[in-house]
Amino acid sequence: MHPAKSVIFFTTASGAGYGLAFLLILFSILGILPTSAGLGWAGFLIAGALVTAGLLSSTLHLGHPERAWRALTQWRSSWLSREGVMAVLTYPPVILYAAGWVFGADLTNPLWVVIGLIACLFSAVTVFCTAMIYASLKPVHAWANPLVPVGYSLFAVMTGAVLLSFLARLSGISPIAPEVAALITLALGYGLKSAYWARMEDKPAPSTMETATGLGTIGKVSLLEAPHSEANYLMHEMVFKIARKHAQKLRMVVVGGGFALPFLCLGAAVLTGPVSGLGTGLVGLAVLFTAVGIYTERWLFFAEARHTVGLYYGSGSA
Amino acid sequence: MTSLPKALPGKKLGLVIDLDICVGCHACAVNCKEWNSGGHSAPMTDIDPYGGDPSGVWFNRIHTFEVEADNGGSRTVHFPKSCLHCDDAPCVTVCPTGASYKREEDGIVLVNADTCIGCKLCSWACPYGAREYDENAGVMKKCTLCVDKIYNESLPPESRVPACVSTCPAGARSFGDLGDPTSEVSKLVKSREGYDLMPEMGCNPVNKYLPPRPPKNAEDDRQLEPVVADQAGALARWVDRIFSR
Repeated sequence: MHPAKSVIFFTTASGAGYGLAFLLILFSILGILPTSAGLGWAGFLIAGALVTAGLLSSTLHLGHPERAWRALTQWRSSWLSREGVMAVLTYPPVILYAAGWVFGADLTNPLWVVIGLIACLFSAVTVFCTAMIYASLKPVHAWANPLVPVGYSLFAVMTGAVLLSFLARLSGISPIAPEVAALITLALGYGLKSAYWARMEDKPAPSTMETATGLGTIGKVSLLEAPHSEANYLMHEMVFKIARKHAQKLRMVVVGGGFALPFLCLGAAVLTGPVSGLGTGLVGLAVLFTAVGIYTERWLFFAEARHTVGLYYGSGSA
Repeated sequence: MTSLPKALPGKKLGLVIDLDICVGCHACAVNCKEWNSGGHSAPMTDIDPYGGDPSGVWFNRIHTFEVEADNGGSRTVHFPKSCLHCDDAPCVTVCPTGASYKREEDGIVLVNADTCIGCKLCSWACPYGAREYDENAGVMKKCTLCVDKIYNESLPPESRVPACVSTCPAGARSFGDLGDPTSEVSKLVKSREGYDLMPEMGCNPVNKYLPPRPPKNAEDDRQLEPVVADQAGALARWVDRIFSR
């Protein structure tokens, strides 16, 4: 599949934003993160900016952005529509909770806890809907499986946790919760992505050139002549070819940048103890590595996925 | 509404394509382009049509495949492909705006160009590559089964078939109601063991393909013997070895 920059930015940025808001509120409800106004402002503003920039970017690739509101109407059948509806519904409880936080409301009050839980739930459901847009596409074998929604959710929390660790250190508090959450999700993220790649190798797609043409009863099918001499929309959009050796190198960037280096930086920062320039610098590095890693991860998510339409253009496997 | 019709339409208009007859002349694709340039989903935009990198919207494309049998014999199969107007059309249910829909009265799958936002998700959801995005109009386009021709009472009855069907010089394409088991197309599908493309995708396409008939004499399907066999002279074999390096 063609890795469109707007969609890669949208899914990674909004994922990190929802992950950050989710963790801020969850840790606040659990009482394991000091609700300082500084952290509240920084955290919720950055989360809001990431989510909003992502959502706006996702409308950039539309042929008719001015009609985007229509995408909120078909939530009964369409995961894309559900995502849009949930994205809109998630703003009020998150903004309300953020306001309560920065203006010093008593967040232990049951009413605030309920608002917070709704905000957490809606953030999680929005990310899940984003993932289901891809996981519900049967023609793309690499995507049509539960590892995709689990992965999107995990990576959202992971990137959110790394960001929150940095913001907490910057605002002069170094509670252990965000850093432990980051370390755990980085390890889980690596396991999840390894499982995703292993499945790609081990589980061949059910569709072949033989089933696509129905000519398998006669013999082995190959493309003799394409319909047109030049590439067309279908080939540009869905028959994206990535050299295998590049894919292997990019996977190493994902493993190194996305999981291993941030894990080491955060681990080292935890060992340096509470607030110090070195610790903050290390966590800042982790944020940079994670950003590069997750962007590459999402680029590969698209570039490595093969669509059944490629079978009609001679690609051996779907 | 992007949900599929609750009760499947009794009438299911569609095409039956005979791969035994198709000669790969592309006339169906050309006449499709001609008719639909003024039809329901007009225009069928071309970009850089006379330049170095032409591309454009087509509702029908003709692929040519080679099929190699176990005995080494191979055959060429011309393979026209357009929208299959599936009973369980995933392109309809993924649409976030309701622009993509399946008609209750005859099962034709269409796009409403006035409400399509051009998100392209329907083209991703279609396993067959039946939908093509129009960059100029910013909306998705697809085969309409010539909905503006087949019901057009100002045309003589024999012309009320899709453009691809009326133009096929070989008679490889048939049009009719595949929901009616007594229709000519349904009988044709039954007698020739017509089949679905990629049944594993669960889309239940309405359009059917008829397989190429087996050769009358299985011996005809063999590959030709190599022209130069072992009885070649010493010099010829030596030259062959040199050039084979």
